[in-house]
Amino acid sequence: MTLGVPGPTDMNSKSNQTYEVAAKERTGLADVLRRFFDSDLWFSFRHSPVAIISMAVSILIVFSAIFAHWIAPTNPFDLAQIDLLDSEIPPVWLPDGDSRFLLGTDDQGRDIFSTILYGSRVSLLVGFASVVFAMAIGIPLGLISGYYGGYVDAVIMRIADVQLSFPAILIAFLIDGVARGVLPRAVHDEMALYVLVFAIGISGWVQYARTVRGSTMVEKNKEYVQAARVIGIRRGTILVRHILPNVLGPVLVIATIHLALAIITEATLSFLGVGVPVTSPSLGTLIRVGYDFLFSGVWWITIMPGVALIILVLAINMVGDWLRDALNPKLR
Amino acid sequence: MISFIAGRFAQSIVVMLTVGLIAFAMFRFVGDPINNMVGQDTTAEQREQLRERLGLNDPFYVQYARFALNAVQGEFGQSYFHRRPVSELLVERMPATLELSLIGAVLALVVGVPAGVYTALNRNGILSNLIMSGSLLGVSIPTFLIGIILILVFGVVWRVLPTFGRGDVVDLGWWTTGFLTASGLKSLILPSVTLALFQLTLIMRLVRAEMLEVLRTDFIKFAKARGILTRSIHFSHALKNSLVPVITITGLQLGSIIAFAIITETVFQWPGMGLLFIQAVLEVDIPVMAAYLVVIGFVFVFINFIVDILYFVVDPRLRADRAGSGH
Amino acid sequence: MALLDIKNIRVDFPTRRGVFTAVENVTLSVNPGEILGCVGESGAGKSTIGNTVIGLLEPPGRMSEGEIDLDGKRIDNLPYEAIRKIRGRRIGMIFQDPLTSLNPLQTIERQLVETITTHLPLNEGEARQKAVDLLDRVGIPEADIRIGQYPHQFSGGMRQRVVIALALCADPEVIIADEPTTALDVSIQAQILDLMRELCRERQVGMIIITHDMGVIADITDRVAVMYHGKVVEEGPTQKILGNPDHPYTQSLISAVPRPDVRLKRFPLVEYIESAGEARKELDVANHWLGKARDFEAMDGPLLTLEKLHMRFVTRNAILPRDRRYLDAVKDVSFDIKQGEVFGLVGESGSGKSTVARMIAGLYKPTGGNIFFAGGELTALRTEREKDRYRRQMQMIFQDPYSSLNPRMRVLDIVAEPIRFHNLADDRKETETIVLDLLEHVGLGAAAAVKYPHEFSGGQRQRISIARALATRPRFLICDEPTSALDVSIQAQILNLLKDLQQELGLTMMFISHDLPVIRQMCDRVGVMRHGQLCEVAETEELFENPQHEYSKHLLDLMPKLDVLSHEGLEVEQTK
Repeated sequence: MTLGVPGPTDMNSKSNQTYEVAAKERTGLADVLRRFFDSDLWFSFRHSPVAIISMAVSILIVFSAIFAHWIAPTNPFDLAQIDLLDSEIPPVWLPDGDSRFLLGTDDQGRDIFSTILYGSRVSLLVGFASVVFAMAIGIPLGLISGYYGGYVDAVIMRIADVQLSFPAILIAFLIDGVARGVLPRAVHDEMALYVLVFAIGISGWVQYARTVRGSTMVEKNKEYVQAARVIGIRRGTILVRHILPNVLGPVLVIATIHLALAIITEATLSFLGVGVPVTSPSLGTLIRVGYDFLFSGVWWITIMPGVALIILVLAINMVGDWLRDALNPKLR
Repeated sequence: MISFIAGRFAQSIVVMLTVGLIAFAMFRFVGDPINNMVGQDTTAEQREQLRERLGLNDPFYVQYARFALNAVQGEFGQSYFHRRPVSELLVERMPATLELSLIGAVLALVVGVPAGVYTALNRNGILSNLIMSGSLLGVSIPTFLIGIILILVFGVVWRVLPTFGRGDVVDLGWWTTGFLTASGLKSLILPSVTLALFQLTLIMRLVRAEMLEVLRTDFIKFAKARGILTRSIHFSHALKNSLVPVITITGLQLGSIIAFAIITETVFQWPGMGLLFIQAVLEVDIPVMAAYLVVIGFVFVFINFIVDILYFVVDPRLRADRAGSGH
Repeated sequence: MALLDIKNIRVDFPTRRGVFTAVENVTLSVNPGEILGCVGESGAGKSTIGNTVIGLLEPPGRMSEGEIDLDGKRIDNLPYEAIRKIRGRRIGMIFQDPLTSLNPLQTIERQLVETITTHLPLNEGEARQKAVDLLDRVGIPEADIRIGQYPHQFSGGMRQRVVIALALCADPEVIIADEPTTALDVSIQAQILDLMRELCRERQVGMIIITHDMGVIADITDRVAVMYHGKVVEEGPTQKILGNPDHPYTQSLISAVPRPDVRLKRFPLVEYIESAGEARKELDVANHWLGKARDFEAMDGPLLTLEKLHMRFVTRNAILPRDRRYLDAVKDVSFDIKQGEVFGLVGESGSGKSTVARMIAGLYKPTGGNIFFAGGELTALRTEREKDRYRRQMQMIFQDPYSSLNPRMRVLDIVAEPIRFHNLADDRKETETIVLDLLEHVGLGAAAAVKYPHEFSGGQRQRISIARALATRPRFLICDEPTSALDVSIQAQILNLLKDLQQELGLTMMFISHDLPVIRQMCDRVGVMRHGQLCEVAETEELFENPQHEYSKHLLDLMPKLDVLSHEGLEVEQTK
């Protein structure tokens, strides 16, 4: 139903304003900010404690990961700073805890809090890069598929269908396996991060392509696109200038959820030993390394990075969840 | 109806051929098969002989056709690492994976669907909100971490459940089962819960979203305006209409359970196909990887095929599309 | 005491910008066998009344004042189970869109039988018999066979009959119909209205019809309530209200309704109509940039000629040609449009009129026939560059004001896009000046340029569309149902604007509509289309006074006779 929310007509009551005045009011950063703070998205954000907290946690983690070398109490990869005598110290709140090591130390005497900071940097890096890579493939293919239709669409979507019948994690496994077969061992370790980004990214493009294709098919039949065609605007320009900005909303939601998923996938691959090498460990690698000590009662080496991973992914997922509801007002 | 099934069947064949092609290409072009089969001291001449004998000098499509024909008969060559026929390895490991996946799938469906319906119908209830928050946590914990946490709690701290292997199994000749012994059943608990949890939350969230979507439609509003009983609106009108998309995605999710078994099997040292596969990836054992890909592909195509037929049963619009009646 | 009494109700919707009162102080009543019309423009709150009566207000909406009585007993404060028993049993409801009102996965039979057995003490067999009788009564042929079918096997009109049968199947005392015919074609609309009137009289049902359409009101209601901004401004017998309205809003609303019987010079505008405000700035067209439009080559003869234009769509593609299915949307249509005239194209939905327009505009490539325009053959052009020359001379205005403007672009950029693309201005500054002038010329004011489309109402957006179309200085304008998505008072403004522009700029226009009265107001000549074929082309007055083709006669017959409407304040154009 249409609610007569005071809208268009009321806003125009001051429409005797001249163009110059209006133009001055409506330009620059100030206007962008004004429109942002006036938007429904900001309103919904302000009124959702869950969104505020999860966004704050996400930003906090991202910042501490980026500035890990300043924030971390020690550099766990600097052999001069670690001492084997400090090994396997439990977190501070346990009886044998040491105030120097907030979350305890691992088998080599490294501060777990520091390794987590450095590890989340690798996890986030792989996550973001994979998302960008998947978007770079998925969005153009989706636009083309949706706009041109016909055989182009059929081919792209059949490939997507076949790929979709396999879980992302399996595809990532296969790609990593193939890479191991093709590349010599040393090169593979060096390239591990790139292989990982490629594997996770490739396994994720279908979501973007499908969503963008769906919205493109809706948008291309809208009359503003037809108006542009009647003017004579060329197809490429229409795709980039008219359609692309209007299909990005859902992409944002997918990208957020995909980021969480990419981080999970990276952690899973690293845990299974096919991901990031131990020389620059991600959270998943840390969990893998600590897993061997789980049964001997030294649980914190594996659980602490695990908890960090859960907090990170949960915060991102909560932001994504809120974003989806906020951008889709029907759900409210 | 028959032509519909025939069409879907043809599509499935095409997908299988594509999967086979990828598997074959991996097998053929990743590393040199000969190098992986023979020792360092084999002469170039011997290598060439082996090459000829294995048909590696034939044209590509001949090799592919041979590969496909062999695959249909379950023949995937020798494992480089185990030095045994891949088919033997697969048959040996398959029961473990299928039993684990079956229990996982049943758990995910039996809990996931009702929970989704419940949270959709009681949108603002306290329990619904609890379940929804829990489900967000569920999709945020990677499967392997769920396994580790369960192991820590039930295996290390409380020591009530076994944390690795299948326990005692009964050999039925063509199948080994853990269903028939107490230790086999106990061993199943942690892995199957681990496997089910992630899928369960996904299925639940999906069912909820689809239900909410249907509950907003005009025909539900019209049914309410006719005074139809609430129970009937919820279950016979709304639930049935939300089933169509739910069936598709649930089908895919159930398929991916078998793939996620890779992770669960590694965490719990469960002697299934997944564990076999992860070893193959680490050891670059290409024939095993290729065979695993084909088997998983087959499972997925089979599930998709069933899903399409279910669609057909549920939605009269598809059925009548062919009859072409109306107006 | 009336059958249904709505006393002094007020409905509030809390929103983020404060509480919005959708309905205030509304008092209405309906008696057995009586049809009450509830008319108003969008946002007037008329649908809210229907939802409130039946207890289906969408949250967070709530009724905060007043009461609703059915047969003397208050029903608005009943618990859920009690109001559920009233729904369908005592108050039936009919919604606008028959395509989405039925459960697609259940047969008609199940939906009818379930409704009947929910409310009446009948067993399955008896309920089925009642259902068949009812379907028969609402005019569904072979009811006992078709009852077993699914909704998608019925056409739109048939589905609305099924919806009516569903609303009636537990013998309610009151029916509330919310825009029951809006989604239907004229010919079906007339049948459905006849059916509703008969059923109402025959079963002594009290009926409330909620609509924006004066034709529906004039056609079947006994009394009418006129709503404006959530209030009833006037209520009384239909004849009195339409023929001699007291309230100025009703007067202006009625004067804006396009008449089927006379051609007006202009629609009179009354201050009640939303934001007629902004007076258009007069432009010295001859010396302005817009006037420089006349740099096209002069030509003799018709501006546009269509020869045996044909369009075939593939509705189902298949590898084997014999499995493909086609739809011939336009079949061998030929006509021409003279320079400076307004040519109308009229027909029901699916008649192919929009497809013709899209082929001329170059949005579809015809599968057969030729289009000649301004001395060139459009169908023979191959490269984009060749086409650009003609694109400049031809522009199009679309139907839906909410989708015809890119929501992510400022109005300035929207209107400037054709100027920039065709390099019609020397520099940024000039482009900007031209856009501002154009915006003032269509009555929006220059300040509109910095805003985004969502900040405007439907009528204002249509003005932006018009400004964009004029920005290439075209000589030919295609208007595809430019006002059918607008309220009647806004429609009057837009039609006036189009008329003025056409005269000032000497535009040639093709005007497409399903609405005959609008065609009569706007066009010099008219073509009537049906099932992709052109039935008749005639001078407008000729067509209305003396139609030749059977289908034209049929369409004219179906046109609501608005004789009762007041003619006060109308300036009638003298016919030749």
